[in-house]
Amino acid sequence: MNKLMLGNEAFARGLYEAGCKVVSSYPGTPSTEITEEVAKYKEVYAEWAPNEKVALEVALGASIAGARSFCGMKHVGLNVASDPLYTASYSGVNAGLVIAVADDQGMHSSQNEQDSRHHAIASKVPMLEPSDSAECKEFVKLAFEISENFDTPVIVRMSTRVAHSQSIVCTEERNEMDLKEYVKNPQKYVMMPAYAKGRHVFVEERTNKLTEYAETSPLNRVEISEKAEMGVITNGACYQYTKEALGDKASVLKLGIVNPLPVKLIQDFASKYEKVYIIEELDGIIEQHCRNIGVNNVQGKEIFGYIGEIPQSVIAEKLLSETKESITLNENIPVRPPVMCAGCPHRGLFYCLKKLGVTVSGDIGCYTLGAVAPLNAMDTTICMGASISALHGFNKARGVESEHKSVAVIGDSTFMHSGMTGLVNIAYNNSNSTVIILDNSITGMTGHQQNPTTGKNLKGDPASAVNLEELCKAIGIKRVRVVDPYCLAETEKAIKEELASDEASVIISRRPCALLKYVKHNPPFAVDSDKCVGCKACMKLGCPAISIKNKKAVIDHTQCVGCGICQEQCKFNAIG
Amino acid sequence: METKSIMIVGVGGQGSLLASRIIGNVLLSQGYDVKVSEVHGMSQRGGSVVTYVKYGDKVYSPVVEKGEADIVISFELLESARALPYLKKDGHLITSVQRIDPMPVITGMAEYPENLIEKMKSAGADITAVDALSLAEQAGTSKASNVVLMGVLASKMDFPEEVWQNALEQCVPSKFLELNKKAFVLGLQNT
Repeated sequence: MNKLMLGNEAFARGLYEAGCKVVSSYPGTPSTEITEEVAKYKEVYAEWAPNEKVALEVALGASIAGARSFCGMKHVGLNVASDPLYTASYSGVNAGLVIAVADDQGMHSSQNEQDSRHHAIASKVPMLEPSDSAECKEFVKLAFEISENFDTPVIVRMSTRVAHSQSIVCTEERNEMDLKEYVKNPQKYVMMPAYAKGRHVFVEERTNKLTEYAETSPLNRVEISEKAEMGVITNGACYQYTKEALGDKASVLKLGIVNPLPVKLIQDFASKYEKVYIIEELDGIIEQHCRNIGVNNVQGKEIFGYIGEIPQSVIAEKLLSETKESITLNENIPVRPPVMCAGCPHRGLFYCLKKLGVTVSGDIGCYTLGAVAPLNAMDTTICMGASISALHGFNKARGVESEHKSVAVIGDSTFMHSGMTGLVNIAYNNSNSTVIILDNSITGMTGHQQNPTTGKNLKGDPASAVNLEELCKAIGIKRVRVVDPYCLAETEKAIKEELASDEASVIISRRPCALLKYVKHNPPFAVDSDKCVGCKACMKLGCPAISIKNKKAVIDHTQCVGCGICQEQCKFNAIG
Repeated sequence: METKSIMIVGVGGQGSLLASRIIGNVLLSQGYDVKVSEVHGMSQRGGSVVTYVKYGDKVYSPVVEKGEADIVISFELLESARALPYLKKDGHLITSVQRIDPMPVITGMAEYPENLIEKMKSAGADITAVDALSLAEQAGTSKASNVVLMGVLASKMDFPEEVWQNALEQCVPSKFLELNKKAFVLGLQNT
């Protein structure tokens, strides 16, 4: 049956059809929907793990136990999971193990633009890269076969465009796979030096075999055009852009296996054309490979660069000198950056932080939006969990002076992911740091995923919930208190007191995300224009529902959820 | 058939994902190759949201770029102006007249440009402007302005109305179906 499917949805369908039994992932745009979609099939066990390292270890364990398994993450997640990845390459698998890593060319929703192919090369694990939804499904099924035939985990590299574009997919039946027999085999699965040395020899031999496979695999495809003036070697979404921009003006070598890369296939293709262009986003990995194997009539990065996407307009302009005519409007159009939603519980907290002028060590989540105007209340954001550990380092460097005016802010899911180890470090290595956990009872930014603090699992069933207060106390933090960020006075008082204290403390700023379905909203507020003096105190909150019209504040009733922090802020009782 | 491109723009939370799914469903039922491209994540939080729909005999790139859109559907005026360069020279813009201030306007750092429809027309754009929000409220909820605009789009495309009705049935949860059908018809009749 033909259906329109997101790349991620088609990926999930591929997992289902391939007989995948165990899935463990951590959400991250643009990879999240793979795991959400596969969880809808009752034949598949699927879970959110606290982080990508745990998730990959779960999937590897399931693979060793004999079940086809999967683990999905975004590009930066693979950094977290790289420890098990590099050694899973040595141990290999029992039943197939497939890993999805979703790169974010163009940084639509990420803190960096790393090219995950480097991880595949460094860990010596094969990597496939589909270019549309139909290929997502097909490549996942082939990935399981490659995994089992070559005794290796297989990474399938996604990108924002492939993951979040819908195209036509023909669904098929599930191929139910029996559990493979588990045979104890320490030489393969116990990676201590004596055994790992033997496996390293295996890994090198496997890479040679995979390179041979890449020479003839249908995943690498040559499309010859009789009218071609040039050859193009490309991968992933760039294949689609290339076909759109160049049509029959180019012959194309489409690489579906991006690690290891074939040798003879590339040499033969490149020898047919005077000019061969490498169209690959981010780093010049195919291009460097060409030079390494003596193919020197190629050009890539000097034309297309290392940054962002390479859509059809760029290819047409650079290679054909063609540009499209368009309508231009001579008008200054204000940008529309993402903002914290009306009623967002983070707003009150960040307002207090700004008011107190503290240094804020930030983290990854919706609350990173606290960095932008008018709140401007964030000093650093690096990676998942770094808020807490970096604050400790900041305080160790600057001492008492900094300890009384710096905080870390981290969401509930990020705290469980990799924040709590930083808190252990604060307790163990004794810094007087103040950590604020923004507990909105959900993983917000990626679109409302459950996590170990929410009391529900991926399938929405009741689950054990981590008690954050007790956890922080068990770690060794004696001062732990909970505030409601809708109550500005209480929140400000708590921050002041904990900053003033002489020992480490945790403030849990607790209020569920305003977009959660179970959250009941108050009726919207309105401004009494007779009482409003236009002081703009309410505007300092950066609420998208409040604006100034004719020098008076106005509240947009379609957006306001009645959180009341603007009312608290108004000294003239004009909001009610 | 040459590939056709539709671009849907709006503000996070206005329902552009549903709109793109309805259009995708219609085109699939008519036997076209179809690609729909969405961006999730950070951009949903009240930021500008852009969705592309492309169809034809064989569609390659899922992305619509400047000068490529046959039709731009916009849920908000400022977003219409932002998307205008994506329109082909002979393309058509369908826009809601709704205005939502972005944060730089709210904080007074920037001004919301006035008379955008007239300015876009004098720049050479062919425009259908609709008060989609009022029509949606007339149908029963302000949230259905996306479906009102689907009605307007249907009047510009050569597919039978029942094809759109079927797509609505498949894409909209059943408890909101009647309301959305009403919104669709109001959009269709408005033109």
